[in-house]
Amino acid sequence: MADKNSDHLDAYIDSAAAALGIPVDPAWKPTIRANLDVTFRFAAFVAEKELPDDAEPAPVFKA
Amino acid sequence: MLSPRRSSRPDMDTEWASAIEIATAVKEGRVSALSVTEAALARIMERDPVLNAFTDVVAERARKRAAEVDADKQKGPLAGVPFAVKNLFDVAGLPTRAGSKINRELAPSAHDSPLIERLEAAGAVLVGALNMGEYAYDFTGENVHDGNAHNPHDTSRMTGGSSSGSGGAVAGGLVPLSLGSDTNGSIRVPSSFCGLFGLKPTYGRLSRARSFPFVSSFDHLGPLARSTQDLALAYDAMQGLDAEDPVCVDRPAELTTPALQRGTQGLRIAVAGGYFKKGMFPEACVAMDRVAAALGANRDIEIPEAQRARAAAYVITTSEGASLHLDRLRTRAMDFDPATRDRLIAGAMVPAALVNRAQKFRRWYRGEVLKLFENIDAILAPATPCTAPAIGQQIFVVDGVELLVRPNIGIYTQPISFIGLPVVAVPVPLSPMPIAVQVIAAPWREDIALRIAYALEQAGVCAAPRPKF
Repeated sequence: MADKNSDHLDAYIDSAAAALGIPVDPAWKPTIRANLDVTFRFAAFVAEKELPDDAEPAPVFKA
Repeated sequence: MLSPRRSSRPDMDTEWASAIEIATAVKEGRVSALSVTEAALARIMERDPVLNAFTDVVAERARKRAAEVDADKQKGPLAGVPFAVKNLFDVAGLPTRAGSKINRELAPSAHDSPLIERLEAAGAVLVGALNMGEYAYDFTGENVHDGNAHNPHDTSRMTGGSSSGSGGAVAGGLVPLSLGSDTNGSIRVPSSFCGLFGLKPTYGRLSRARSFPFVSSFDHLGPLARSTQDLALAYDAMQGLDAEDPVCVDRPAELTTPALQRGTQGLRIAVAGGYFKKGMFPEACVAMDRVAAALGANRDIEIPEAQRARAAAYVITTSEGASLHLDRLRTRAMDFDPATRDRLIAGAMVPAALVNRAQKFRRWYRGEVLKLFENIDAILAPATPCTAPAIGQQIFVVDGVELLVRPNIGIYTQPISFIGLPVVAVPVPLSPMPIAVQVIAAPWREDIALRIAYALEQAGVCAAPRPKF
């Protein structure tokens, strides 16, 4: 599972880096992967909280 | 860094004097602003090679400003008080380096930040800019470009960050007052590790114009000092609308100094339970117990979904921080601290859909927490899980579980700044190292948090301990 997840994130990092135009040295990838893994886990935890579709995000622009 | 000049020393011992004591002495003519400034510059020369709190000393500017204060017949409330600012504040004539290698190539700032202007208008004297974690993405006080800041109470330990020099300079007796920034805890963490009073005001209260940002959704600026009175005095001098910062609210200044001595009678104070009672080291428990007992706070209150709030703050921080630095990541990646760089690159890859969910959660959480303040006036919570770890320490053990130090220092501060609540960090002078407790109030009620801090200080429960040199 860990390896599968790791492969999944490695592929994501390669694609995202190319799309964003960020040069990523292969030596940096383990730390980037570890950070991204934590962020995705935290984001999933946040998204578990059910909120209505019309819930407004915190920043609200006023014209 | 600075040239030794003029041996004039003040008659009073200004090393550990409070800002208010210095200003009173200057106003009464017992000491000159220039001699106070010279003494501060001399202490910086003597001690900063060890503490590494300062990255820039503006000695000639400070002498000129101090002479102006001495010549001024109408002296302000901070007359002659030396202060320094985290190096993400614009200081005229200096590039705003924000703890980075890259930014020191920027053109020198044309103007000071408005908060510096307001403190100087009140008579204070800027003496320099202070070390910080790179681009404020840090809780430790470690910096690969400028060297690590060292804790004055034990120089083998962290100051905390990211306002590392702001903590070290005040706790080390170099200046009585500093300014820092707090996005997820960067004023409150150094206040805890260095044993200082620190104020993170309500989001939008103080202008952030002409400071280098990190995460606009959470960025706050505020003071650190060795007493509550000094915090309040500085805070009052900095309040007021600034159209240059679109987040700064159009709200009249609500002065806190006159109400400091009103005491805590009638205030409803609760202790944060649940999430905030997990993961504390014994010293954090002792500090919380002492503060709660002194205030008669015997009721626990649950801040709902605080753990999820911390997670959401983390997601927004990494994404907004990465957005800010995206161009530099593309072109100057090798010039970042590797640890900062890898976190920011990961942040750039977080889909907007997840960040927006976190911002939706943020509004819901704000509503729930504000309901708590219908029945209470203040909440107590630990500022950090532990006292200052050793510089370079990677792991600590909490409840038998090994955890990474760096991301877990801010577990108690993040859920509070996430919704912009005002907090005063109050230091409990434990031995050998101090640790702080957060006094959290409803939005715009800095006055209540400061009143409680003052009462704790008067009761002898909270104090900024003087380091042994």
